[in-house]
Amino acid sequence: MGIIAREYRHMDDFYREYILDYYRNPRNRGVIEAPDYTYEDSNPLCGDEIRMDLRVRDGVVEEVKFSGRGCAISQASASMLTEMVEGRPLEEVKQISKEDMLETLGITLTPVRVKCALLGLKVLKSSIYGLPVPDEDEP
Amino acid sequence: MTETITDTRALDAQAVRRDFPILQQETNGKRLVYLDSGATSQKPSAVIEALDEYYRTYNANVHRGVYRISELASERYEKSRVKVQRFVNARSSREIIFTANVTASLNMVAYTWGRANVSRDDVIVFTEMEHHSNIVPWQILSGMTGARLEFIHVTDDGYLNEEDVERALELRPKLLAVTAVSNVLGTINPIKELVARFHEVGTTVVVDAAQAVPHMPVDVREWDADFVGFTAHKMLGPTGLGVLCGRRELLEAMPPFMGGGDMIREVHLDRTRYNELPWKFEAGTPNIAGVIGLGVAVDYLSELGMDRVRAHERELVAYAMEQLAEVPDLRLFGPPPKDHGAAVSFTLADIHPHDLAHILDQENVCVRAGHHCAQPLMERYDIAATTRASFYIYNDRDDVDALVEALHKARKIFML
Repeated sequence: MGIIAREYRHMDDFYREYILDYYRNPRNRGVIEAPDYTYEDSNPLCGDEIRMDLRVRDGVVEEVKFSGRGCAISQASASMLTEMVEGRPLEEVKQISKEDMLETLGITLTPVRVKCALLGLKVLKSSIYGLPVPDEDEP
Repeated sequence: MTETITDTRALDAQAVRRDFPILQQETNGKRLVYLDSGATSQKPSAVIEALDEYYRTYNANVHRGVYRISELASERYEKSRVKVQRFVNARSSREIIFTANVTASLNMVAYTWGRANVSRDDVIVFTEMEHHSNIVPWQILSGMTGARLEFIHVTDDGYLNEEDVERALELRPKLLAVTAVSNVLGTINPIKELVARFHEVGTTVVVDAAQAVPHMPVDVREWDADFVGFTAHKMLGPTGLGVLCGRRELLEAMPPFMGGGDMIREVHLDRTRYNELPWKFEAGTPNIAGVIGLGVAVDYLSELGMDRVRAHERELVAYAMEQLAEVPDLRLFGPPPKDHGAAVSFTLADIHPHDLAHILDQENVCVRAGHHCAQPLMERYDIAATTRASFYIYNDRDDVDALVEALHKARKIFML
């Protein structure tokens, strides 16, 4: 299989129904007033913008909201991420990996689109650490 | 812009297509529908072969070499300059300076002419439809000099706002930076008329012609602008090569941009006498293969005839806009076809352009999605991004049909 054909193998199921559902009916979309943790960042490539707000009590994420605009992949994965972290200890949230995020998203992405899918996670971690963290897919 | 199409023979896009090796390939049984020439054009065999020939048979540095292949390289390099001069009808080949790209051309004007001529009490004007490369250098110049920035906004249908033009004229600005053709809206601006009006109030005019020179007859003498920048890779040539075409008196009076080899006449430890035009602005070993390749690209376009190129694209853009307008939920940007260059921007319902471009790619249709290095324009129309199809000499109605068909598929995938 040539390099182009290999990348295209998984394209047919790219925009699965549940991804579009998260895009059009996002869970935990919004902002938190006076959040304990907040951060926003963008993907300069396609202009995806994500902001994450967290309310944390006793080391546990009580409430999490995301806002922003961008492609279906970035917005759906950010929304899914909020569901992953709600009610979990902050220490566990810090451990969420790129692989965890992509597995939850459940589709195989081309390298360019991986950036879209991981923007939410990048912003979430930046908010917790209070500083920008490197791209998850950088070596 | 008033257009006089003198050559009425239609351009044969099918025949042109055969000259481009990249367009011969298929992926998953689908031909490559390349609609991103606004970003970079494809290259005909003649250009690719010219680069290959240079590196294989007479690779040597230009100027100063006394051996045969160096002389040949110098001769071809300088011949290309003359070809470019004739292509845009510049007064002299000395007014043609090779740079790295349009961005470098515009920055050169900002850093040399700008720093020498712009001061605190001056006004710099540019338009809302500029590419970032015709915005940021002027912001930097404003930061360095304290000059004030003023803007010409765009109308809902993608034209420059005439009231803003008049207001700008009253300010008697030191500099006007304006694009000849918008890379997003496709708007063809009336450069000749703008230059005349701004010259009357003593303004120096810089034109970003990156989206104009590849697509329509451009006569810089008729425009009469002070500086015109364009780039090789959007007009069938290689990347890494731009052109700054400047008025000779201004170039003579300007300090050099970068110091180094080739731009000097004589160097002493404590002082340097600079070379004459155009080499004064070409410090260091230039993009020799690129310049030679551009010369061949210019030959190719000249042979087709720029009148015919424009006529072909005008007809194709009219067809594309008509077909796109029939796709439900599609919003088109920019002026009607008569004032429209080769780029057509649109949005489709709530599908983010990045997703849309991704789906089109599955159909082997290449379009650009994003802010197109024109974020102020995105703000103006309150959108995050657009999808842009841009056409060139090798595109035809089949490409438009493939695009439209893929858009319908995207609507289906997004359950619209």
